[in-house]
Amino acid sequence: MSILVDKNTKLLVQGITGGEGSFHTKQMVSYGTNVVAGVTPGKGGHYVEGVPVFNTVVEAEKATGANTSVIFVPAAFATEAILESAHAGLKLVVCITERIPPQDMIPAYHYLKKINTRLIGPNCPGIISPGKCKVGIMPGHIHKEGGIGVISRSGTLTYEAVKQLTDLGVGQSTCIGIGGDPIIGSSFVDLLRLFNQDKQTKGVVIIGEIGGSEEEKAAEYIKGEFKKPVVAFIAGQTAPPGRRMGHAGAIIAGGKGTAKEKIAALRAAGVNVASSPVDIGQRMKEALS
Amino acid sequence: MKIHEYQAKRLLKEFDIPVPEGEVAETPEQARKIAEKLGAGKMVVKAQIHAGGRGKGGGIKVASTPEEAEKLSGQIIGMKLVTPQTGPEGKQVRKVLLEEGISIKKELYLGITIDRAACCPMIVASEAGGMEIEEVARSTPDKILREQVDPILGLRGFQTRKLAYGLGLEQAVIKQAAPLISNLYRLFHNKDASLAEINPLVITEDDRLLALDAKVDLDDSGLNRHKELLELRDPNEEEPLEVEASKYNLNYIKLDGSVGCLVNGAGLAMATMDLIKQVGLEPANFLDVGGQASAEMVENAFRILLSDEKVKAVLINIFGGILRCDTLATGIVEAGHKLEIKVPMVIRLEGTNVEQGQNILNKSGLNFTVAADMKEAAEKIASTLK
Repeated sequence: MSILVDKNTKLLVQGITGGEGSFHTKQMVSYGTNVVAGVTPGKGGHYVEGVPVFNTVVEAEKATGANTSVIFVPAAFATEAILESAHAGLKLVVCITERIPPQDMIPAYHYLKKINTRLIGPNCPGIISPGKCKVGIMPGHIHKEGGIGVISRSGTLTYEAVKQLTDLGVGQSTCIGIGGDPIIGSSFVDLLRLFNQDKQTKGVVIIGEIGGSEEEKAAEYIKGEFKKPVVAFIAGQTAPPGRRMGHAGAIIAGGKGTAKEKIAALRAAGVNVASSPVDIGQRMKEALS
Repeated sequence: MKIHEYQAKRLLKEFDIPVPEGEVAETPEQARKIAEKLGAGKMVVKAQIHAGGRGKGGGIKVASTPEEAEKLSGQIIGMKLVTPQTGPEGKQVRKVLLEEGISIKKELYLGITIDRAACCPMIVASEAGGMEIEEVARSTPDKILREQVDPILGLRGFQTRKLAYGLGLEQAVIKQAAPLISNLYRLFHNKDASLAEINPLVITEDDRLLALDAKVDLDDSGLNRHKELLELRDPNEEEPLEVEASKYNLNYIKLDGSVGCLVNGAGLAMATMDLIKQVGLEPANFLDVGGQASAEMVENAFRILLSDEKVKAVLINIFGGILRCDTLATGIVEAGHKLEIKVPMVIRLEGTNVEQGQNILNKSGLNFTVAADMKEAAEKIASTLK
């Protein structure tokens, strides 16, 4: 079945008239995603790649029945865009935008939890269910439909893992970039729960990195409840403490959040942890056989 | 972004949090004048660097007269201060903060940061403040009070009272503590801080609460809406190449190894560094050119990376998503033609517009080795350097 996005997804693009918004709308449409509407305040009535543009999300939802939103709005306005979609009743919001101040994200995070809207990101590449639907900025052609779920805090490192899988003939059910910020809408555990229920998914790759404790929580969940094989990789084994490695969330602070701790927790939970990023695909293939 | 103690204290003052009388000096003469203004009695001379543990390294001294303040400032300004947080190379001191001496009855701890697990601000307070707060947290965790702030309700009065009473303060001090906590939260929130910490927060002999030391870290993503805070940046405290990189919105961190890396995406950049280490080499840097890099940004990234003299080989690892391979290739070719590249270069391109990117590189006349994947890239780098 795949999770979150599929042939029933009716996608709305917030910030569709901007450079990135229009470029990726074109890419998503050509992948086969059903992009039904765009929103840019003041640009209502225009069309981008044949997609009608509206001034507000409410208007767009009423006219098109959009059920998922993807956000390409600049950081200063992105939290408003997230809230607008959630408030309009969309149940899945994917925020690509990076550099959103955490103090903006925090109230948005709690509001979305309260009204039961799922947020993916921010600062993420989005979601793809290969062969069905692409919501985000990942290169579609490296994916192949199949049985592996991928969850990752990184963008390009996800592409790396996906390409390895595809090259080995191992397809993917759904791949999700959850984002590199300290405050993100959905965690590893949130998505592992969905993969646990999904019949198409036979195994999961998780790609973590230094900082925070979400990988440790994932390990705990996997040990207790997850029924399918899991392969993991943790980036930042050589990162020095106290330095933020690009992602706002990727920092070893106060001696916590090291790759070593995360790898140990995952191994203790029975996860097959690849020590090299080039072995992720092979490990998954072995885990399946 | 880190800022100095004296800058943090100015922010505290702006938010009505009491700090000792004092001013910052860049020369011993200025220090003397400030000391004269501070008047009779003991005073403290504090080195201003972006690192803690300054007292242990000899960066904090007590003076009794303006003459002595001048002399001590002369010793501290210009010194390479080595503390447990600076690393063995230490940090050059350029400024000192001169402050009135304070008679202290008790040292407390107060800090606000973001609790990532709960996704909300968290206030941490302790009756056992001072230098060993981490040790207190480990050995006597019951002495650490924690209070989460509901982002929708904000910090409420009952919470600041709960903390103040929890610290076991006397009534006269409680009346100061509750508003002080709420003022520090206002600062944390309004200025987009990632950390606002007063350690120690002292109770003076005459029962006043005073921020004796302060640390404020500002969130980089929030700086765009606080132009006034951008001025607080001290480029002297940062690695010159990192300052240069930040002008072009590049994520660059200088490290000690010999393999320069240019990668798109933070996760892939970290993984590339890990891989370099696994083939027995050390990365010279972390460099994420980001998702929206222009050819010009890539060119600058390349120039900055090569200006590190320790770099003996360059590994370019690009998986195009938002960043298209042709954009990247154009930037590298531009840089390659302007700079004289003397070190071997291994390039791995994959993803969006990969064929166009490879075409641009192949026609450029630049000298480089192509790798089909990440593993091959690392192996080729290793074989060129061994």
